[in-house]
Amino acid sequence: MTYVPHTDADRRAMLARIGVESVEDLFGDVPTGYRFPGLDLPEPLSELEVMAELREASEANADLQHNACFLGAGAYHHFVPSVVDHVISRSEFYTAYTPYQPEISQGTLQTIFEYQTMICELTGMEVSNASHYDGATALAEAVIMALSVGRGRRTKVVMAPSVHPEYRATARTYVQGAGVQVVGDDRLENDLQALVEMVDDDTACLVVQYPDFFGRIRDLTGVADAVHARGALLAVACNPIALGLLKPPGAFDADIALGEGQPLGIPLSFGGPYLGFFACKEQYVRRMAGRLVGETVDLDGTRGYVLTLSTREQHIRRQRATSNICTNQGLNVLAAATYLAGMGRCGLSQVAKLCYHRAHYAAEAISVLDGYTVDLSLPFFHEFVVGCPRPVREINEILLDEYGIIGGYDLARDYPELENQMLVCVTEMNSADEIDALVQALEELDS
Amino acid sequence: MPVKVDSRCRYAKTHEWVRVEGDMGYVGITDYAQQQLSDVVFVEMPEVGDSFEKGEAFGVVESVKAASDVYLPVAGEVVELNEELEDSPDLVNRDPYGDGWFVKFVIEDHDELDSLMDAEAYQQFVERVKDEGGQ
Repeated sequence: MTYVPHTDADRRAMLARIGVESVEDLFGDVPTGYRFPGLDLPEPLSELEVMAELREASEANADLQHNACFLGAGAYHHFVPSVVDHVISRSEFYTAYTPYQPEISQGTLQTIFEYQTMICELTGMEVSNASHYDGATALAEAVIMALSVGRGRRTKVVMAPSVHPEYRATARTYVQGAGVQVVGDDRLENDLQALVEMVDDDTACLVVQYPDFFGRIRDLTGVADAVHARGALLAVACNPIALGLLKPPGAFDADIALGEGQPLGIPLSFGGPYLGFFACKEQYVRRMAGRLVGETVDLDGTRGYVLTLSTREQHIRRQRATSNICTNQGLNVLAAATYLAGMGRCGLSQVAKLCYHRAHYAAEAISVLDGYTVDLSLPFFHEFVVGCPRPVREINEILLDEYGIIGGYDLARDYPELENQMLVCVTEMNSADEIDALVQALEELDS
Repeated sequence: MPVKVDSRCRYAKTHEWVRVEGDMGYVGITDYAQQQLSDVVFVEMPEVGDSFEKGEAFGVVESVKAASDVYLPVAGEVVELNEELEDSPDLVNRDPYGDGWFVKFVIEDHDELDSLMDAEAYQQFVERVKDEGGQ
């Protein structure tokens, strides 16, 4: 059967309409020699040969099965219990997409509803949507939502310099051309107090990260009050595993809590697909982007689930919708929901504590090494900044080549003033032996 | 369903009515508009003190099947919102010319009212719209 619906008559009519003789004429601008270039491909291989070739290629990678990893900076190596893969591999869930005829997919809607419920409990917020693509787009949606709550009259966004650099870049991409000014993140010295002072009557929101990009935990008490006094919103990007241990953004009266959901049972996978979680106060729900599943009862009084408040969304509200996002990250929502349900309250708190204690063990051990500094004066979660005796790029090359260790994040990539500063991440996946090996390697490096 | 009109109001082609009381005007959507929208579930209001040009969108009315802008029929500054609509948006369906009003505003220029239809003209306008099979 043919997959092309056009008949020859259709084609002739279309060609006549645009005034050309043949389909080939449409490519007239491409020089003849380039129209059908010969492809110099090798002979085809059997499946067995292809598998062998791919295996060989993949073994050239440094991977987390074979290398200790101290790299975080927004993507985190956590244990994924096998129940996660088991559940997401079930054929009933074989779609990564929000259903188009949603109410027929009660199981999918129930999963999303449970995910939303757990995100609300984790963040201390009232309403969660069905998710965004990743933490960066969730943050951009938070900014757009705050601008919408400000009815377009508030055109300033105050952004902490300690928000993930890629999230800040994504937010700027989203608001470009909209006459919005993003301020505050140009100087690392801008601390919480300085940022709060920048919030004025033109400000739509203050965006902070918790723990911040450098792993530090800031007490956000009083920040929301100060921001609200100016009529602006407080958006907090947060790490969901850290919330197993820390006071949630909702307890600080934040208006929006969002973040990267990858740590919740989603593998690192070269950077994606990930999961953006997004929750807010109920009073702003009509300005919230994305899908939203609600619980209701059917005619017989039986519990059921629906996509609700769809009139917020672009397919109904058109150009006045807050966002053009009408989808969610279905498969990863399922993974996160399964992870959270599987870990439970105690399990999540245990993972968070393991991360915290191992990171502190590593930080203390590195801090006493000659040539290295670690600022232990501020509370931190599972990441901390190490001042190194030489460029991080060089250290990481040696760590990988000679010790098989994937080192920390080179902060100079995003903050030129942080030359020789490495952001080190330690999770429950890093054993004491691995940490000791890192410490020893760093020591040897400097001698 | 027959469309009701209120003889005390003047009407815009976008199906809002305005009722004048001294310097003030009340504005809402017409019976025909609420019928077309079906069950109203939410009205997004402006803020008191906001000013709008004639014909400018001042809010959004949301029903189970659509979300539509609502336009101020003549220029003015909003002085009061119908806060009842927050909890009972169905007032827009039940009593479009009465308890279902949206906002009260100071009319900037009374001459602009002349450009609006009276009840009889609006009724004829709606009949023509219905005959054409659309809004």
